[in-house]
Order: sequence, then C-alpha cells, then structure tokens
Amino acid sequence: MSGIVVSAPPISSGDAVADFERNRLALIRARRSKEILFAFLFAAMFVFSVIVGEVNIATLVEGVPGFFNYISDTIPPIRADSVVADVREWYWAFPKWLMLLFDTVVIAFLGTFIGTVGALVFCFAGSRNLVSSGWVYFIARRLTEIARAVPELVYAMIFVFAFGLGPLPGVLAIAVHSAGALGKLFAEVNENVDMGTVEGVRASGGNWFQIIRLAVIPQVLPNYLSYALLRFEINVRSAAVIGFVGAGGVGQELMFVIRQFVYTDVSALVLMIIVTVSLIDMSCEKLRHRFIPEQQTA
Amino acid sequence: MLKIDGLSKHYSTVKAVDDVSLEIPTGQMVGIIGRSGAGKSTLLRLINRLADPTGGALSCDGVDVTALTGRDLRQWRSRCAMIFQQFNLVNRLDVITNVLIGRVGHRPTLSTLVKKFTVAERALAIQALHRLDMDVQALQRAETLSGGQQQRVAIARALMQEPQILLADEPIASLDPRNATRVMEALQTINREDGITVMVNLHHLDTAQEYCDRIIGMAAGRVVFDGQAKDLTASLAREIYGQESEDAGIAELPDIPVSAPIPKPAAAVAVAGA
Repeated sequence: MSGIVVSAPPISSGDAVADFERNRLALIRARRSKEILFAFLFAAMFVFSVIVGEVNIATLVEGVPGFFNYISDTIPPIRADSVVADVREWYWAFPKWLMLLFDTVVIAFLGTFIGTVGALVFCFAGSRNLVSSGWVYFIARRLTEIARAVPELVYAMIFVFAFGLGPLPGVLAIAVHSAGALGKLFAEVNENVDMGTVEGVRASGGNWFQIIRLAVIPQVLPNYLSYALLRFEINVRSAAVIGFVGAGGVGQELMFVIRQFVYTDVSALVLMIIVTVSLIDMSCEKLRHRFIPEQQTA
Repeated sequence: MLKIDGLSKHYSTVKAVDDVSLEIPTGQMVGIIGRSGAGKSTLLRLINRLADPTGGALSCDGVDVTALTGRDLRQWRSRCAMIFQQFNLVNRLDVITNVLIGRVGHRPTLSTLVKKFTVAERALAIQALHRLDMDVQALQRAETLSGGQQQRVAIARALMQEPQILLADEPIASLDPRNATRVMEALQTINREDGITVMVNLHHLDTAQEYCDRIIGMAAGRVVFDGQAKDLTASLAREIYGQESEDAGIAELPDIPVSAPIPKPAAAVAVAGA
C-alpha cells in the first residue's frame, strides 16, 4: 500500500470546488470594499487634522534650525585637554540632581504601588463575568474611567493646590491615574479567565472572596505583575514631568532651570532623565518577560 | 433521599429541563444517559444550584434546596460535590492545594484566602490522593498532569468536601478508554465504600450499564426512561439517542429487554485490559 487514498464522492466534488471558489471571491470582494472605505476615511481624517493642527511644511523647515540651536546652546563646550574638568563643571550639582532623580523614581514607585492596590480593589467588581449585579459593575467601571480620564498633570495641579508643593501631590496624582488605568486592564484580564475553574471552586461551596482568591488570582497574577511593571515604566516618565507643576522630584528643578535660562543645566538634567528612564525601561522589560506565562492556556 | 419534583429550567426558546420528577435514594449509583443537549448537564447543575430552576422543587432529606440562599446554599454545594468534563482544576496551583479547595465550605473565609489549612486537612488530602493513586504528584502543578490524572485530582477534591452526593458531569468524555475506566472504577468504589450517592452523566450506554444500579434516560429535557439497565430496549434507546444511536453503541441492542451489558468492541477491550 502506498500513498494516501482520497476518497471523495465522485459526483458532487466539482460543485464543492466551484462553490468554494465563488464564496471565496465574494468574501474577498466584500472585504476589499470595506478596506477602501477605511482607507478613504483615514485619508480624510488625516487631511482634516493637518488643517486643524496648522501643520505647515514651511514652518516646520524654518523651525528646524531653531530646534537644533536650542539643543547645541544647552550643551557646554567640552575640550579635549580638559574633559574631566569640563564635565565636572557641567554636572556641578550632580549629587543634588541625583537625589532629585531618586525622589522622582520613588514618587513613581509609590504612586504605582498605591495605584495597583486601588486597581485591585476595583477590578473584580468591574469584571462582567465576576459580578452578577449590573450596577456594581457599572459603578466600578465608571470610577476607574474617571480616575484615568484626567491626566496626571491635572491631578498633580489639584493636589499641589490642596497639599502644597512637594512629592506627596506627585505620589497621589500618579496613584489615582494608575488606579484607573490598571483597573481597566486588570478587569479585562479577569474577563478572560477560564470560567471552568471559577465554577470548580463555586461547586465546592466557595463564596465570592474564595472564588476570587483561589480560582481567579492564580490565573491572572502574572498578567497583573506584567501590567504593573509596564505602568511603573510609564510613571517614571510621568513623575519627571509632573514636577513641572511643583509636585516634587527632578521635574521641579528642570522647570526652574528652564525658566532661569541656565542652558547647560537643562541639558545635564535631561540627559540624566533619559539615562534613568532607559535603564528602568530595560530592567522592567527583562523582569516583565519573566512573568508573562510561557504558554497561554485557554 | 433526594427528591426532585417537577423540576424545570426553561430558557426563552428552549426547555433545557422540563418537568423532571425523580427520587434518588441515598447510596445509589445513577447513570443519566442521553444525546448532547438532552438536559443531562442542566439537571446536575440544577441539583447543586449552579443553575437556578424556573419551576418545580428539589429537596434533600426534607430540606427545600430550591429555597436556599447565601451561606446555606454554599453549604449545600459543599455537600453535593461535582466533577466536570473539563476537570476545572486551578491549573497554576499545585495538586494538594487543588484538593484542599474542597475544604472551602468547611473553613472560615479568611484562612482560605491565605491558603492556610490544618495539618489534619493536609493529611486528609493526601489520603484522598493516595486512594486515587495520585499522592506522588501532590506538589506538582495541576497543569502538568494528563487529563486522566487531572480528573482523579478533581475526584480527590470532591472527596475532601465529604459530600453526601457526588455529581459527575460527563467525567470521562475527554479521556482515553484506559483513563475512563480508572475514573469510572474510582466513582464506583466511592459509591460502594463510602455510601455516597453518585449521579453521573454519560454519553455511552455501555458505560452506564456496566457501572450503574439505575439508568435514567433523558431526551429533550424530559425523563424518558428510568429503570435498570436490563429493562432498556433498543427502541427506547433509539428514542433517547435519536440520530446519535450508533455513536452511543446501541445498534446491536435487541428489541426485547436485555439481561447483560452489551459487549461493545472499543470500551469492552479497555475494561478488560485495565
């Protein structure tokens, strides 16, 4: 015996092929007309945005030299025969800036931590598959929406007004925004859990808290950790920016030197921020990949 | 004694379970057969109230199960354990913790939330696993086990609930013949040694005939047969299975009551080889 015998019914197979080809063609045509429609809509929106945004090639070209001038103005002269002395002069306040940068990272860390706890409180109530009451779900979802709809910078301004200058308003601003952003992501992870497992614990007589703890959390924890770390990366950048409105950290100092036109300090600080953010991004990414489950089981 | 009286579960267009009345004495091993969609699963889910009935009543030893809520309902679920076709273990937890989940109904919430169990409970869990020949894998993650092993862990979890009734919803439908035999034998042992009522949904008629004292046939949500295996005729079986008759292995059934289980090649070989 050799080869594979394809035992197709002799009469209808020709029809089946023809039918399939006809259906395939119809499907492709239907898809193409949709694609053309979307391409047209995208082009229209793009043109509209360019007009509204006053994007002008001429202005863009004119502005480029100014952009580079600002950058080159902020970089101090570093001569080959006195590199160490020049760099030392550039980074004249290095210990202080390092402390401020450390503050920023701590603000981001605390904000992410508190935000994650807040997200944990809301995410289960905001998961369609885990709550039977429609209004509990509705309220939880709307609360997380409000928390993330307002940018950190706006929260920071409000909290600076309430609690005064310093790191505390920064931590709070990041915490509130993160709770909203993570709350939504966590809830979406929850909605993808294997409900069979949930049913297994429920059938054993488990109450809601036991179901969450024993059936849901083991399934979702790696994704939670991954999202929280990603949020921490984002929050380090945010923490640097919200200092602009007086919410502590390196941002506050950066705003000050920009206003004072201390050009070399601006470049020194920006460079430090870039290096720190990159380092944290890289290490978080490494860490995150450890938590992402090797294979997502259905 | 479990008393089911006119129990129904109607969805807007379908009558999943329609006016079912049954009396299940304690300690019986009952096989429920029928084609897919006959209402077998829904019936079991109505019994442990994973689904709520739209009509009828259900009582156990005089307690009205349909009226239970909150804590009493969870206690009831804990008293009638359930095992599933897809095992429904927590894949990321180890085997022993999965088995200990069977204690959730017996323990204060707070201690289960930190997964704290007593030494005695752990001993009980290991004994349950040992009975099912699964104690060696106690510290392995559930997801590393084969299907047959997972189902045995699920049975151990059910045993930890110290149930009166064990509901098994197509427990062997996802298993190969050898593992299916082991699982069915485990259910039979639990029924005989522990005196636990077992209600098991089965697709195949011969499995039901081989293991069960009593067979209930369902079609379109209703009970169409209730009796011993030998009383089941071919025409009745055809009514139960409809289009799926051959698949369920009833083609050779004579049209008179049969007295012995019908030998069916695949399953019979598996049983003999175990």
